[in-house]
This record gives sequence, structure tokens and C-alpha cells, in this order.
Amino acid sequence: MANYTLKVRRFQPESGEGPYWETFDVDLDPTLSVLDGLLQARDDEDGSLSVRCSCRAAICGSCGMKINGQSGLGCKTQIGEASEWANREANGSGETAPIVVEPMGNMPVLKDLVTDMESTHWAKIRRVTPWLLPEGDPPEREYIVPPESMIDVTQSMACIQCGACVSACLSMEADPDFIGPAALAKAYRFVGDPRDAETKERLHDLANDPHGIYDCTHCFSCIDACPKGVAPMDQIMRLRRAAGNEGIDDVNNGHRHENAFVNIIESKGTLDESLLLQESFAPGVKGKLKPPRGALKALMESIPTAIRGIRSGKMRSLPKLIPGIHPKLPDGAQDSVKRIYAHAEEHKIELNLYIKGEEGDEDAPVAEEEAVPAGQVEPEPDEGEPGQGGAS
Amino acid sequence: MPDHDVLVIGAGLAGQRAALAAAEAGVSVGIISKVHPVRSHSNAAQGGINAALAEDDSWESHAFDTVKGSDYLADQDAVEIMTQEAPEELLHLEHMGVTFHRNEKGELGTRAFGGASAARTYYVADITGQAIMHVLYEQLMKHSEDVARYEEFFTTKLAVDDEGNCVGAVCRNIKDGSMELFGAKAVILATGGNGQVWQPTTNALICTGDGIAQAYRVGATLMDMEMIQYHPTTLAGKGFLITEGARGEGAHLLNAKGERFMETYAPNKMELASRDVVSRAEQTEINEGRGFEDGTVALDITVVPRKRIHEALREIVLVGIDFAGVDITKEPIRIKPGNHYTMGGVKTDVHGRTDVPGLYAAGEVACVSVHGGNRLGANSLLDTLIFGRRSGQDAAERAKGRPPSNPSQKILDDEEAHLKSIIGREVGSGRRVSEVRKELGATMDKHVAVFRDETGIQTALETVRRLKEEAESCYIDDRGTVFNQDVLGALELGYMLDNAEATCVGALHRTESRGAQYRTDFPDRNDDEWLKHIDLSMNGGSEPEISYSDVTMTQWEPQERTY
Repeated sequence: MANYTLKVRRFQPESGEGPYWETFDVDLDPTLSVLDGLLQARDDEDGSLSVRCSCRAAICGSCGMKINGQSGLGCKTQIGEASEWANREANGSGETAPIVVEPMGNMPVLKDLVTDMESTHWAKIRRVTPWLLPEGDPPEREYIVPPESMIDVTQSMACIQCGACVSACLSMEADPDFIGPAALAKAYRFVGDPRDAETKERLHDLANDPHGIYDCTHCFSCIDACPKGVAPMDQIMRLRRAAGNEGIDDVNNGHRHENAFVNIIESKGTLDESLLLQESFAPGVKGKLKPPRGALKALMESIPTAIRGIRSGKMRSLPKLIPGIHPKLPDGAQDSVKRIYAHAEEHKIELNLYIKGEEGDEDAPVAEEEAVPAGQVEPEPDEGEPGQGGAS
Repeated sequence: MPDHDVLVIGAGLAGQRAALAAAEAGVSVGIISKVHPVRSHSNAAQGGINAALAEDDSWESHAFDTVKGSDYLADQDAVEIMTQEAPEELLHLEHMGVTFHRNEKGELGTRAFGGASAARTYYVADITGQAIMHVLYEQLMKHSEDVARYEEFFTTKLAVDDEGNCVGAVCRNIKDGSMELFGAKAVILATGGNGQVWQPTTNALICTGDGIAQAYRVGATLMDMEMIQYHPTTLAGKGFLITEGARGEGAHLLNAKGERFMETYAPNKMELASRDVVSRAEQTEINEGRGFEDGTVALDITVVPRKRIHEALREIVLVGIDFAGVDITKEPIRIKPGNHYTMGGVKTDVHGRTDVPGLYAAGEVACVSVHGGNRLGANSLLDTLIFGRRSGQDAAERAKGRPPSNPSQKILDDEEAHLKSIIGREVGSGRRVSEVRKELGATMDKHVAVFRDETGIQTALETVRRLKEEAESCYIDDRGTVFNQDVLGALELGYMLDNAEATCVGALHRTESRGAQYRTDFPDRNDDEWLKHIDLSMNGGSEPEISYSDVTMTQWEPQERTY
């Protein structure tokens, strides 16, 4: 047993007051959860402390909340770890830091830790036509489908609709209309299901919606937040690949923007930002000779964003925008990059939660290793952080 | 007043299936749930769902396994219906979109499960209940126009008219605290079991036996309430479930000496004997000093190939890491028997009808009985779906021939006054609700668990009756209307105490050992006197009135039960 302090962001809608902080001292085994701590406070101190909860075992998805600022499940976060974490964050102050508990983000708060998921999370789920649309009458027996396809969509079936990814989603903070990680992961469950006959329609819909699959900025927050390993961002990327394979040239320019990244890296090894916009809107020589409709307008409209990028330091130097001066990779490194591309083309392995390793293979997440071969590329010395891009 | 032909209370598998079936029959349907439907406890069913679908399997074999597993207390007509209709129901789920595991040919594939003579358990990794329930909810969203959803509405009382028909229910909208009277021509209870009466339990916090108590209070009969399943593999202290699928995949049970002790108790089926048998074996090892110091034995999953563990048992890999700090792919995990399932419940016929006209029950709240003294693994999902559907269909037919319902406004007024009085109790005027709840849980787990005897059960019953009195004056803190979970907790405590009393009375009365009821003072099964159901009803008094009903036998005479 050990003592912990929970600092809870409370809100009592009938009081006429705004939100406030209240601390509760609880006494429990460090392996028990933050939810157990909250329930102890509710049982022993204040029965008006509201929190949705049911299974205590991370299967019902009721207790989504923010703990020390990180979205997750209260029942799946050990209180001892949460305390260590809070104290690491607050290092040096000399005092013991409390565990900070708040309601989920990107949703209105109804009371204490209870949020309105209906108007946010569930409305978005319903947006993606979340039911199977098979063609014609069902067969007499079961649908015959490849076993891997069922394992593949089971990763998104593993979603418990807790809303932690929605709470953590940075894109949704910027664009509340973004369909969002949970609903898009749900959409993949149908797109990846061979029994569904509306794959094309679903992909067109999600690619062309300005708040759809290209509205994600690859920030990985949803993957960090997801307590079930659904990796919603991965599901969104799968939707993008499927849309790309379907040849969907979306009105958001998302697919071409994504290809621009791929092509620039293949030829230059690192991101030549001077090429990014033109390759996105008017790709290749053909694109330059005969730009697609609206390309010029879109390019012009991008200028303010580029200027903001320079001002905020996202693009660190002006010369980067001058074509032709982007440094090449040293020695034969560019050939290695091309080899990685070739390898990736040959080994199109979809990572899956349910396929982790091979027999007798200690600790090896085989699929991951194969899919991400060790690159020999030296990072460019003066480059900023890699992977800042993404379809934005 | 919201009014529907059929009102379903509870939105787990049984409730959602009932609502969809009733809607398909063309009547207006409302479904009420105290939590959002996908939070329901059907989620927790990890292992799978049984059906004799394979060509070399038969419903008779499935039925016999079920009857034998029940220790011959199941009603065989009901078991026959369930096992005969299982394959079609399973295919229906597959057609709706459940992502069942496939074999190499792309057909539905199976795994082995306890007490079964064939591998007939169909599954989605180890999230079968979750996967089916989320797919049913997809269908509810699809059919939003046909099924009205009342999510986060807490039912406080069933409404019965002067002629004794169930005609609706009183509910509290949890979001704003308003009370509403729902009218209905038929009401289907699908509120689940009562695991929270015991501490610890594998059951969710919402499993407080609400429907069992509510039906009992309006005159429905409860049956076999003493039959409470202790699951063989739960995490010590916390009660979390480790799926039977682990043993189905080949995991071993070991005592502290490293012996595979099931050799002594069930030499043929070993770890895959019926749950009551395995739980008793474990408890015997623990009681006789061959367990670990913390009162556990070990489940060794490391003997299952790692690839298979990741593919088929991923959820319990997570449970091991998150809740026990153990990597089950590398070392054994400490487990013990823990409260898991309510075999008894509201007595129904094979159409889900209770003794109260217009009131139906399906799923764990009900006792048809297909599980008798002991439920087989992967038969509970089947039970919810088959009898959920049958209740939905029958309730719809009833509704078509009934005049509009007219529940009395007085029921609503009385309930409003009742809640107001709980909220108005002075702080410190009695005990805290949580205190009484904890005492109840500990008492039941101590005295009415794997092994029972007269002294223990009597002690439990006396405690429960004292707690019932104390609960009358329990106070709460929350005076508000929005999300006042405190007042709902007080109501749930009342339901749990009714459940506990019924279980104690049944357990005390059944002076034999059958299925989950093992009396150390009556260690043998006694078919001459006790091959019958124990029925409990209120009949106006405050204590349960006991009567009996016959077990329906069709083709399987009781035999000695060995595994």
C-alpha cells in the first residue's frame, strides 16, 4: 500500500461555477489503477465525484480520461506508474507532484470526468456508414474469405470506442470537423473486409471529404493514446493506400501531396522543400507542362502557409526554397535509399497487431523488422527533425 | 410518455439481439441501457461461441455436453432448442459482419473449449463477445429508425397494471436526472447477471442484478439462484478473467510443486473439464497446501506456441502485462477460482416468457434453464443470442395483439418520491453505501463460493438480512441531477441484496452437491430428492417463498459425471 494524491479537474454543472481542481489522498497498492484510486475517493470521501466506469479491465471503454495530460484509460494506468511519471515531469521542485486527472479533450464536459461522447465521438462514427454493406443475399453458409483478411480487420475490431484517440487528436483540435482517428479506424474495418461491396464508394467519400483521411497530420498521438493497440493512424494510412491504389485523385490534393514526399525522397534522400509544393500540385514534367486544373491557384494559396512556416521556424532557412541547391546524400547513400524503396515494394507487409513473431524467435517482432529494414542513410547534419511533413 | 410496442431493458448481446428481432417482426422498439450499449458486459466474453456447425459434429453432441456440464439440472427441451438453432444463428452473425476466425480454406474455424467433446467454439481472437456486440451495435445504428435507443437511462422499476400485465418501466435519464415512465405492450429484461454481489468478481461494476431483483419485486419467479459459477482462471485479488481459451489452446494448470494436478481430478479431459470441476480441483489444491502462498495456483501458457498466443490470446497477453506485470508468453501466471456467472435468474420458458404476463427475460438475467448447475464455456454468448432473438420475436407477436399500454402515473410519482428520499437522507445518518456493498461482497465470497456448508451459508444469510435493514438508511453525498451516480449506487445496492438473499436461501435449501453448488456437509449429488429446480417468489411476503419445479428431461438420463 502507498499514498497517492490525485488532483482532479472537477466540474459540477448545477453549481453555476466553472471547473475547479480538487485533490484526493488515496491509499492503495501501486499495481492498482488510477480508476481504482478515483473509486476509492468516491467510496470513502465524495460520492458526487463522477466518472464513467464498468469493467476495470480495459474492455468496456468507459473510463477514457487524461492522466498527467496523456489520454488513455483510467483502469489501464497503474497508479504507481502514474505517480512516478508525474514526479519525473515535475523534477527538481522538491515536492511530491500529484497525479493530474482531467476529462478527455475534444469533447464537451458534462460533469467532472464525464464527457459528451454522443455529439462528438459517436456522431463521427455514424458519419462513416458503420455497418457492413454486402452485395445481394448472403450465401447459404458463411462467406469464404482469406483468413488473413479477417486477422487484418480484427485490429480495428479491437477498438473499444473509448475515445482516447479522439481526445488526443491534434488535427481535431485544429479542425473539429475532422472525422478523426476512431471513426476512420472503424471505416477501415469495412474497407478491409472482403465481404463489403462498397469499398470504392467508401474510399471516394473519405478521400474527397475535406475532413477525411487527408486531414490527418501523422502526429502519432492517437497511436500513443490507444489502449488497445488499434493504432488508428495506421488504419488511416491503410485507407490512404487503398484510395491511392484505387486511383482516387482527391479534390484535397492529398494523394498527390503524399506522392510528392515519396518521389522526392526517392530521388534526393531527404526532403527538398523547394520541390514539395510544385510536385504536390503539378507533379513531374507532365504536370509542369500541363498543370492540373486549379494547380496554380492552389500554389498561390499555399504561399501564406509557406511564409508562416518560415516565420515559425518550421522551415529553417530561406535558401531551402531555392530550387537546385538542396544537398545530395554523401557517397552512394542515394542508392541505398533506392534499395529500401525496392525492398518495400517487394515486401508489402501490413503490420498487424495479431501477427507479432515467429516460432522460436525470441522477442522478434518479425513483421516489423522486415517492413522497416535498417537504413544505412546518415542523417543530414543540419536537417531539422525528420518526418515533420505529412499531408497537411 | 415514450411508448413502444416492445421495450428492451439492457443492451448487451441479449438485449440488442432481442431489439433487432422485434424490429424485424415489424413492431416499434425501444432499447434502454444504463450504460452506452457497447459498454455492456457481453464485451468480456473472450473465448467464443459454441455451435455444432461442422459436418462431423452434431447438435445432439453439443446438447449432451451441455446437459452433462449442467450436472443434469438443465431443461433438456431448452438445451435442444439452443443447440439446434446455434448454427443458423452463428451464420447470421457472420453475414452481419462479425470477423470470425477462418481456417486455411477461408471457412469458419474453431478452437477447443472446456467440457466439449468436439472443437466447436467459433471465435474472434480473444475478443469474441466484444466483436459480436460491436457488430450488433452497428446494426442498431443501421436500423436507427426502427429501434429507438435510450442510452444512459437507468431503469428503477417495472410497471405492472391492475390485471398483472407488465406494461412498461420507470427510468431515470442519467444525463439530466429526469424520471420518465415508458409504456410498452411487452418488456424484455436483458440486464445481465449479479457478479458484483461477490468481491472479487470477473464481472463489471454494472453487473448488479438489477433485472433479477426488479422482476422478483413485481412477482416473477426466480430459479436456481444458488447456482453461481466460479471461473477457474481469474487473477488473484483483482478478479480479472483469463479466458478458458488459454486452456483450449493447450495451457496447463500447475500447483506450487509444479505438478499438473488435473491428472488427479479429471484424467481424461484434464484442464478442459467443466468449470465447476476445475475450480474445485484448484481450490482443493490451495486448501490442502499445495498452492502458492498467496492462495493461488499457476496457469502455464508458455507451452502454447508464441505465434499462436499472439494471434489468438492477445487480450490476455495485455491483461498479464497491464494487471499482473507478467509476460504470459514467458512465465506462468498466478490464478484462482473467482466469481463469474449467474446460472440462475428469472425463470422463463423457451420463448423468454416469465411468470408475469408481458415480461420477458433473456441472457444472464434469465434462467431458461440451459446451464443448470454449471455453464459450459462459450455457451453464454449462444444463450444470449438464441433466447434474445426468441424473446424479441415472441414479444413482438404478443404486442401485435395487445391494446395500447396504460401504466399508472402513480408508479412514476412513487419512484420519484423514493429517489428524492434517498437523495435527501442526511449525511452521517447511517452507513455509506460503499461500506455496505463491500461487506456484502466479502461475506458472499467467504461463505457462498466454491465450497459451502450450512453454517457458512446461514452466517451469510443473517449478514445479508442485517445489511438489507442498514441499506434502508444508507446515505449518499451527491444532491445533484446531472450524472448522479451516487443515487444509482444506492438503488443497485438494494438490487444486489435481493439477489444475495435469494442465493443464500437457495444454497441453504439445496442439501446436495450439484454443479456449482458444492456442500461439504452434503458432498454427493442426490438425484432422488434434488433433481429439481428451486423456485423462489415474493408472494407478498418479505422473505422468499420456496417451491419446486421439475427438470424437463427428453433423452438424457442422469449419469455419473466424470471428465
